[in-house]
Amino acid sequence: MATNGKTSNRSRALRGLPKTPTGITGFDEITRGGLPKGRPALVCGGAGCGKTLFAAEFLVRGAREFNEPGVFVAFEETQEELSRNVLSLGFDLNQLIRQKKLFVDYVRIERSEIQETGEFDLEGLFIRLNHAIDSIGAKRVVLDTLEALFSALQNELILRAELRRLFRWLKDKGVTAVITAERGQGALTRYGLEEYVADCVVLLDNRVVEQMSTRRLRVVKYRGSFHGGDEYPFLIGENGISVLPVTSLGLTHEASSQCVSSGVAGLDAMLGGRGFYRGTSILISGTAGSGKTTLAAKFIEAACKRKERSLYFAFEESPSQITRNMKSVGIDLAPIVQEGLLKFHANRPTYQGLEMHLVSVHDAIKAFKPKVVVVDPVTNLQEIGSEREVKSMLTRLLDFLKMHQVTAMFTSLTSGGANLDQTELGVSSLMDSWIIVRNLESSGERSRALYLLKSRGQAHSNQVREFVLSKKGLDLLDVYVSDGEVKVGSEKLAQQARDQEKALIAREQGQVKNLSLERYRKTIAAQIEALKADLEVREAEARIELATQKQRMANTGKAQRIMDRHRFVDRKEE
Amino acid sequence: MPTKNSHPKAIAKKQKVRKLQLRLYVAGQTPRSIAALANLKQVCEERVPGKYKIEVIDLLKKPQLASGDQILAVPTLVRKLPEPIRKIIGDLSNKEKLLIGLDIA
Repeated sequence: MATNGKTSNRSRALRGLPKTPTGITGFDEITRGGLPKGRPALVCGGAGCGKTLFAAEFLVRGAREFNEPGVFVAFEETQEELSRNVLSLGFDLNQLIRQKKLFVDYVRIERSEIQETGEFDLEGLFIRLNHAIDSIGAKRVVLDTLEALFSALQNELILRAELRRLFRWLKDKGVTAVITAERGQGALTRYGLEEYVADCVVLLDNRVVEQMSTRRLRVVKYRGSFHGGDEYPFLIGENGISVLPVTSLGLTHEASSQCVSSGVAGLDAMLGGRGFYRGTSILISGTAGSGKTTLAAKFIEAACKRKERSLYFAFEESPSQITRNMKSVGIDLAPIVQEGLLKFHANRPTYQGLEMHLVSVHDAIKAFKPKVVVVDPVTNLQEIGSEREVKSMLTRLLDFLKMHQVTAMFTSLTSGGANLDQTELGVSSLMDSWIIVRNLESSGERSRALYLLKSRGQAHSNQVREFVLSKKGLDLLDVYVSDGEVKVGSEKLAQQARDQEKALIAREQGQVKNLSLERYRKTIAAQIEALKADLEVREAEARIELATQKQRMANTGKAQRIMDRHRFVDRKEE
Repeated sequence: MPTKNSHPKAIAKKQKVRKLQLRLYVAGQTPRSIAALANLKQVCEERVPGKYKIEVIDLLKKPQLASGDQILAVPTLVRKLPEPIRKIIGDLSNKEKLLIGLDIA
């Protein structure tokens, strides 16, 4: 598979096959360096698929970027026509001709003027070509379209022999040549030119699927070199042809640890207080009217506050509609647009093919150099391509955005009833952060809820939050969870009231219980006091009795002794 | 272009279709170009003696002249006058075709 530009140099050294870079965006990546140097290459395709433009760009880029002058032998268009046609791609042929970097030779062959009698050869063409090449020291040659010869000359035997000689001659001359040819029925070219130009064959195709045309390019054959064999979509844009190798971009982008605010304080808090990482991609998916665009507008507003540029790709609403609508929720985009910090890029997806969209997005981003990009809604692209194509386009877009450290926000519409965890395009795995907004419908009203399904590399809240759109803007509220259910809106209030009432009753009941307990405590305490007093009384009584008894006994002893004294009792033995 | 042969239109009209102005493009003295010139001269002498003019241009010597008359094949005979311009390519070996091509049959 094709890889990024750096490997082309390596592979060139590795393979040893010298190549001539075409300068056509993406093509050199696919072919790992360009067309075979010093050899003719065949570019074939049906009418209007861009053969002539491919050839012209090959020469113009060669002259401008690689300092390789080129000769354009035009069999179908005059120099003026050709100049005019390619001027739309920003190529000024006349200037290059003046600078002697380009030589356009219009070869006109009119069948009606020509009679053939006897043997001839095409030495005249060779001489013209040679003269043109030598006059500017050309390294590149384009023959567009050689097949015109077949319709002009009857003697095909001579013609074929001469063509073989021509390609041989071009090789000997050491020029890298592009020969264009019309596509034939069941064959690559109508007159079998691929038979002679065997080194490199590029097939261009313009296919219409469901009223949308997509141009595709395929390297059918590249002798002696590895090449991408897929069909690559390509575009003819304002800057010429760009081939978009589906797998060209490696996963080499730098990951920033810097964060950018989402514009909603509550959301930032959910994202660990800092917002999204710069250069990441954020998906906001949700049902219709759930506030996706508003979140995107908030994000843009925040970017503009940081004085960063944002680009808004609107596929559903016109810029003025978005501006008006956002004003209703307190986001004024108009001054930001005037300031030049925000640019809208609005068109219907059906306006052009998917690939064309990709290129116009590329071009717009390259021109405006935004830090923040919003695509709203990305799901509308589905109208113009299959799921696979849209995903492939988005992958390339995301890679491109990440390479440029652009933080991108995509909104995605989930149709009612669909699984919220599944985006319709299956792009969620490409996204770094995924916010789901949903409508919760209960008790006759609709409320919006938001939660983060994922945010790569960030500790983030798992909570479902209610979000409210009002004139003041956008606010995130805590949702109310009661009896294991999420309650929002007025039901939340009702539930809160109910719960408060319940709590009040419970509190009162508790107080009552407390009171009775207190009384009981007091009773018990009184009883304890009474018993204590009783005990004290008894103790006192006992003490008195004891003392009395002692006294009595003492008194008895005393009387005995007195009596003894009186009766002279001798009680010494005691 | 050699100015000698580009007659003003007035003169061309006066001379009407009588005077043939021919230009033969060749690339070097190849047998084919020699044959072509010989064939041409023969036919002209036979049909329009004295009323023709042949200019031979060797593209090897003057390659810049090839584009003027839109020359691809050699030899190519160009009938400059009378108009319209006609081109006959090949060694002119087919006399019939040459006569038809020059419109002097």
